[in-house]
Amino acid sequence: MNFRAHIRVMPRDGLLDPQGQAVENALTELAFDGVSSVRVGRAIEVGVAADSLEDAEDATRRMCERLLANPVTEDFLIEVDPA
Amino acid sequence: MMRAAVVRFPGSNCDMDALRAAERAGCRAYFVWHRDDDLQQANVVLLPGGFSYGDYLRSGAIARFSPIMQAVRRHAADGGPVLGICNGFQILCEAGLLPGALLPNAGLTFVSRPVPVRVENVATPFTTAYRQGELIHIPVAHGEGRFVAAPDTIAELEASGRVVLRYADGGNPNGSSANIAGICSSDGNVVGIMPHPERVADPAIGDDPGHGFFSSLASWRATAPDAPITTPA
Repeated sequence: MNFRAHIRVMPRDGLLDPQGQAVENALTELAFDGVSSVRVGRAIEVGVAADSLEDAEDATRRMCERLLANPVTEDFLIEVDPA
Repeated sequence: MMRAAVVRFPGSNCDMDALRAAERAGCRAYFVWHRDDDLQQANVVLLPGGFSYGDYLRSGAIARFSPIMQAVRRHAADGGPVLGICNGFQILCEAGLLPGALLPNAGLTFVSRPVPVRVENVATPFTTAYRQGELIHIPVAHGEGRFVAAPDTIAELEASGRVVLRYADGGNPNGSSANIAGICSSDGNVVGIMPHPERVADPAIGDDPGHGFFSSLASWRATAPDAPITTPA
């Protein structure tokens, strides 16, 4: 079966995220009121062929742990849908 | 003669400078390609600066899977000296040969200028030519040089004297934790630094405060007669 994995990699909470800060400052400059805690991460999509949804999720998790996210500085969220 | 392998990745751009600096310090220096799996009996491995694989995903993240990195791991595990400069430091962290990670500079801009650093560990194979606490000026040139690690990792690095270089005189160019500019492995043989000593290692372009990183190797070799020679896989 074919699946589509949607992966979100975000800088870990508590780590300085200068990109997020710069975007937040720009939004404030543009007069968007009430903007706070902007974080900038990365979205990755991967086509995955697997026997089951669980297998596809498991494979995606291993991809994140080995390559797609840095375990020292980033957290990841996975959502896998049938393709 | 001591053999120094300079690893070339697609996107390395300080490889020639590293080669010349090692040669000037008396090494027989040569390039190995990232697709190779053999360090050709290297005594020392240099991972030069640059933008391996275009820094895609994260700097160093993809280079660490190059075939040559398996040989570098074995060399390091055998106690062989490895120096990662800038992108080379990023690769060593991504490969887990050094702790921590290097994130985009706190100021978000690429910084390229000489910075004052203190040599805080003069026991590594690359730093014996310096005096403890010696202040030198070496250029940095990076967009992702902010060293971060878990607080207990930083504490462990500090307690065990594994901070090799530290930005001094308020010259931290990237927001690194504890002003850390370079660290070493627990055995001291793997060293990663953000500044570029190979760019200031020849008096022809002025002073040569970076020469010590390469000239130190001779004294390391003298005290390590059984220095490992990495064997082919």
